[in-house]
Amino acid sequence: MRGTAEPAATAAVPCGAPELPGNRAAAGPVIEATALASGYHGRTVWSGADFSIAAGEFLTVLGPNGAGKSTLLRMVLGLLRPAHGTLRVFGGPPRRGNPAIGYVPQRRTLDSDLGVRAADLVGLGVDGHRWGMSVTPRKRREKAEEVSRALASVGAAHLGGRAAGRLSGGEQQRLQLAQALVARPQLLLLDEPLASLDLRSQQEVSQLVADLRAEYGFTVVLVTHDINPVLGVTDRVMYVAGGGVSVGPPEEVITSASLSRLYQAEVEVLTDSRGRVFVVGLEAETAHPHSPRGPRP
Amino acid sequence: MTGALASQGYGFLSGPSWNLLADAQNMLSFAFMRNAFAAGTASAVVAGLIGYFVVLRASSFAAHAISHIGFAGAAGAVLLGVNPVLGVGVLSLAASVGMGVLGRRLRGRDVVIGLVMAFSLGLGYLFISLYTGNATNAYAVLFGQIFGITTGAVQITVLTSVVVLALLAAIYRPLLFASLDEEVAEARGIRVGAVGLGFMMLLALAVTEAVQVSGVLLIFALLVAPGAIAGRVFRRPAAALALSAAVAVLITWASLTLAFYTPYPVSFYVTSLAFAAYLGVRAAGRGAWLGRRLAALPGPRRGTASEPRPAATVRL
Repeated sequence: MRGTAEPAATAAVPCGAPELPGNRAAAGPVIEATALASGYHGRTVWSGADFSIAAGEFLTVLGPNGAGKSTLLRMVLGLLRPAHGTLRVFGGPPRRGNPAIGYVPQRRTLDSDLGVRAADLVGLGVDGHRWGMSVTPRKRREKAEEVSRALASVGAAHLGGRAAGRLSGGEQQRLQLAQALVARPQLLLLDEPLASLDLRSQQEVSQLVADLRAEYGFTVVLVTHDINPVLGVTDRVMYVAGGGVSVGPPEEVITSASLSRLYQAEVEVLTDSRGRVFVVGLEAETAHPHSPRGPRP
Repeated sequence: MTGALASQGYGFLSGPSWNLLADAQNMLSFAFMRNAFAAGTASAVVAGLIGYFVVLRASSFAAHAISHIGFAGAAGAVLLGVNPVLGVGVLSLAASVGMGVLGRRLRGRDVVIGLVMAFSLGLGYLFISLYTGNATNAYAVLFGQIFGITTGAVQITVLTSVVVLALLAAIYRPLLFASLDEEVAEARGIRVGAVGLGFMMLLALAVTEAVQVSGVLLIFALLVAPGAIAGRVFRRPAAALALSAAVAVLITWASLTLAFYTPYPVSFYVTSLAFAAYLGVRAAGRGAWLGRRLAALPGPRRGTASEPRPAATVRL
């Protein structure tokens, strides 16, 4: 598939994200895929992906449901092996529990009966993976400070004492973001963070992610099925569809010609007066997302 | 039990003097009461702590099933002439390992768990009917027989509690993470399957202990009610855990005391007190909610008491 592997293009971060000392911008790409294929139980979901994601980049992963967007994240997390090809994360093979990666999974809202404090949920990001219990008062104080900093950075400082299950979808999304941020990740993986949010919250959350990236300089890989809320903040998009992957700037990937090639169907991209894009002609694709196809050209 | 003892001609039933110290001294002057308090407290602490996680993980049906599968073990042990509590322990551990290994694949498979549970109960009933002797032991496993506990069993119970508490403390943070946020916990490197299996085994031990107090059929009272109550009162997991253990211990102590002075069984009091406490907490929560609603109503006198709204610090 078509991929833009030249580092000159990927290193150009338009918002001028400040390079933090911990940032590994100089160490090479954060994620590098060569002839990568995704699949499980012997079935290939997509294949032939060659791309590299530079430090500090904002990449949006797009595509219809079931196209294999989340499996890419699971491979980066080391929870799923690539079916073929190689995937390197921070220059090495993906490994489970890499503390440099923050992850916000796709989810339904929390059980409304869950009375646990929002701050305790965020605090799991600090030391939830360690054995035993934290008992020393100093450790607890430090943890509480880190949690309130993380909550403040996502504009949720006032939610710390509330019962997590009683918060709105947008508020819970901020909590999950804070939980990922509190471990100071260099790479943030967000799986459908905009799903089940209203339009205004979608804009707010995507702008928040962009602001946080500008502030902390981490790399963002955001999965969504609707490009419009992130059009103004993403550097490149990765379109996953029809068993293949296409990576590039939005204006190159989200075009009628490019998507028609990817879907192997007549697809048209329309732009409205405000610059929002709409992909039409996918009715057959969404009705038969797993229709058998020949090998990708 | 004391009722039973009285009917057998024990003449110490004089009722409480309402001098609490004297009553406690009177009660604890009996060895069987000292044993009951020791074993009851040890199993209540464990049941309260494990129960909070049972509620958090929404696995109360699994807890229920483990105890019922344990009943087959008790009946089998009676048939073999072994201590029935040992039978509960062995079979509930086996059941917990089975559920833990199947783990996520079993999630939501209520039908499978239910069928295995029903089969185990049937098997237990078969064992009882095969047993030609006095089946009081099996009956005790169904409804609890804490007053009959031997000193040796008390020692084993206390030792089991210490082991369970130590193991629970060791897996506390990963267990909490996996219970609240399984996907992120997995991504952070926690073996959620192994943690879940470990928790199920601790649950089996807690069930085995609690069975002695409340019996297989009434185990929910000790194992689930305190955790559910605590989760409604406190939002911090550590505080809720402490309250859950405290509630379980208080229910047990009150039930032992009430059963000592009345002719009714301990497990009846355990279930009644647990139920009443849960209703009380729910009613108090509803009352507080109503109070806030009333205070928030616009009006000349009322609006002042409304909750201070948090300052709008959202920056978007």
